Amino acid sequence: MSSESIIEFREFSFQYYTQARPTLHNIDLTIRKGEKILIVGPSGSGKSTLGHCLNGLIPFSYKGEIKGSLKIAGKETKELDIFQLSKMLGTVLQDPDGQFVGLTVFEDIAFALENDTIPLPEMKERVQKAAAMVDMESFGFSSPYELSGGQKQRTSLAGVLVDDVEILLFDEPLANLDPATGMAAIEIIDEIHRKTDKTIVIIEHRLEDVLHRDIDRVILMNDGRILADMDADTLMASSLLAENGIREPLYVTAMKYAGVEVTAEHCAGHIDTLKTDRIREALSAWNDAVEHPQVKPASEPLLAMENIHFSYDGEKRIINNVSFSLEKGELMAIVGRNGAGKSTLSRLISGFEKESSGTISYLGEDISGLTIKERAQKIGVVMQNPNQMISKPMIYDEVALGLRLRGVEEDEIKKRVEKVLEICGLAPFRKWPIAALSFGQRKRVTIASILALNPEVIILDEPTAGQDFRHYTQIMEFVKQINRLGVAIILITHDMHLMLEYATRAVVISGGEKIADARPSDVLTDSDVIERANLKETSLYRLSQMTGIADGTGFVQNFIDYDKKVRVHQ
Amino acid sequence: MSTKLFTYNFIDTPIHRLSGLTKLIAFLFLTFAVMFSYDIRVVLLVMAFSLWVMRLAKIKFSQIRLMVIYVAVFLITNTVITFFFSPEEGVKIYGTRHEIFHIIGPYTLTVEQLFYQTTKLFKYASVIPLGICFLLTTNPSEFASALNGVGVHYKAAYAVSLTLRYFPDIQREYRNISLSQQARGLDISHKAKFTTRVKNALLIIIPLVFSTLDRIELISNAMDLRGFGKHRKRSWYSRKKFTKGDVFALVLSAAIFAGTICVSVFINHGRFYNPFI
Repeated sequence: MSSESIIEFREFSFQYYTQARPTLHNIDLTIRKGEKILIVGPSGSGKSTLGHCLNGLIPFSYKGEIKGSLKIAGKETKELDIFQLSKMLGTVLQDPDGQFVGLTVFEDIAFALENDTIPLPEMKERVQKAAAMVDMESFGFSSPYELSGGQKQRTSLAGVLVDDVEILLFDEPLANLDPATGMAAIEIIDEIHRKTDKTIVIIEHRLEDVLHRDIDRVILMNDGRILADMDADTLMASSLLAENGIREPLYVTAMKYAGVEVTAEHCAGHIDTLKTDRIREALSAWNDAVEHPQVKPASEPLLAMENIHFSYDGEKRIINNVSFSLEKGELMAIVGRNGAGKSTLSRLISGFEKESSGTISYLGEDISGLTIKERAQKIGVVMQNPNQMISKPMIYDEVALGLRLRGVEEDEIKKRVEKVLEICGLAPFRKWPIAALSFGQRKRVTIASILALNPEVIILDEPTAGQDFRHYTQIMEFVKQINRLGVAIILITHDMHLMLEYATRAVVISGGEKIADARPSDVLTDSDVIERANLKETSLYRLSQMTGIADGTGFVQNFIDYDKKVRVHQ
Repeated sequence: MSTKLFTYNFIDTPIHRLSGLTKLIAFLFLTFAVMFSYDIRVVLLVMAFSLWVMRLAKIKFSQIRLMVIYVAVFLITNTVITFFFSPEEGVKIYGTRHEIFHIIGPYTLTVEQLFYQTTKLFKYASVIPLGICFLLTTNPSEFASALNGVGVHYKAAYAVSLTLRYFPDIQREYRNISLSQQARGLDISHKAKFTTRVKNALLIIIPLVFSTLDRIELISNAMDLRGFGKHRKRSWYSRKKFTKGDVFALVLSAAIFAGTICVSVFINHGRFYNPFI
């Protein structure tokens, strides 16, 4: 790292023309050549806007008023266009699916070169080189449909490296990746950093995952201002994370629960550097003292899958002999990597697809003869993106839609919709247009519209994808509240926090087969299951091993029990 | 997935090796040929030719089953409606009247009408294998580069390629939205009244439009950030060289087109072949 600065914000402010107030206020920030920086902040903190100012999407695509100065490599960005900027700073956007422009890996990597009218022979050579840097040469002719999320992201990275830019900007690189792939992504970013000495800026709210590898500085943003600019160890010792809605690493939370006052001397920024001898006693004492909640007696099974097989073409098995059951009022998770078959299971339950063999029964009765519409009265499905479901402009009408389509009397509809809106905290908004709602509120509307049909089971597909900690907590506390009303919930997810904090049981699917059906604390401490399902060992387990606690799984379970109690008190 | 209507899939066949532009021009030549001529002999010959091309491209029936069903439904509906609205069209065209049997009211089945409608049916049917061949064997980006090569602006050419590229994604999205709306009670079967069905279709189309708009914003940002539109020209990674095969295919399809015109002008003295006089 040199002392030469490469990015310099000076009293920089930005206001979108469509907004009443500035999104960025008086930003002063210097990033030196070769540094690796993490920018964290909750949604709406301005961190993405900051990224857009760096890569030129502001003001190229998003218009607004810029005040102050931003220099990249000594040049004032106001005087550059997006194309000149793209030669200095390359951006890897979140959602590798949406930005895969080419039809094959090589073609996608070549995109920037094609736009630069590079002749074909030189282009092929440079593409090969960039693909080699991210280990994708052997997939050169694969189409995006054949690639995993991690491979797509490597391709996006190569597409930026092919231009030999000085700065790499990663805009939420971990969104949509399963835990193991996310970890691999952080490793490859680190590898590129060490090999090429490029300046790296990562914008992300999943702090613990990014801190899997070294970071020089963490910049914390909220309300369009920079609140902290410090190394990770100092940040862990401050109360800034909790105050600004960023989830601190679980091992840090565990230390706090054990009464440890975290200071910079603990070196808690990365779990590898953590000084464990000072916290050993406190943790061990806390671990012994945690009270176990009473185990609820098993209630009767509501939904049962028995020996389910499924295949689209009769040859390739998508689901292979899966059996599990869901109890009344239970909150369980189906986890596994992308493409493992977990979404297919939900499609089978809701009747979107028909199982090749096996039975699905509801309260002991076979439901294979029921149509999609009939099943929906017992089992509701909420899709991942609320935009995929919302089709009415007004909230009331959207929630009433399912009842109206079923020909229920308008008086009855009014009663039921009002009740659901009340439960979902949407009653004050009933006359609002949906366009005015935030993502989390829209999610609520889609859950409400399913709830109006009075199902006893609701399947939620990645309910918190792309949400920051505060919205994640809001959505999930709401789901919990629905669950307390007696509705059983199935969460389909690869988010480990989600299953650890909310599910009482996890069914793990890998390659279309069930490989585990246990408590989340068992799943996330079993190295075999973790590896096969592309999960990641929880840092809590690591902490227990580092501090010499013999029963690691018990420690994780203690953390979950304690954490639930703390949450209830809040 | 079983629901894909069509997706480009690379296998090494003479048809796949042709440049995208060649295939487009040949497709247009042959389509104009059958659209112009109402001579069932010509139409059947072109149809046989296009089926042979399909075999050459190693297209399996399972790939196109769904599309064939859609087309069959369309053609049958079309035939019935044609008969319903102009049952005497054949008589008007061929100038004779050979009744087979009387159906009801103004509807009588004549040999002329039968012949006219059969010709028409095959005209449409013979274009289908060509269209399928074109779509299934053409790499969208390679096609875009070919379009750009003959002077179409690269932005327009790329728009075409992106449309083809994202077609399977949008289809999948459509299916997911449709299923989730059916779960809420939407009836998309043919039992519902026409007005209800139009209203119901909106319940699927609105979410589809919004989620597609999200996607468009994302992809256009990704393209801007990688310099799309910087220069007035661009080079293409997937450009194919023009080969002898391309020349052969172009000459052959042009010849078929010319042949069809000749048959009409010199033999039939018009677009219709009349066996009744």
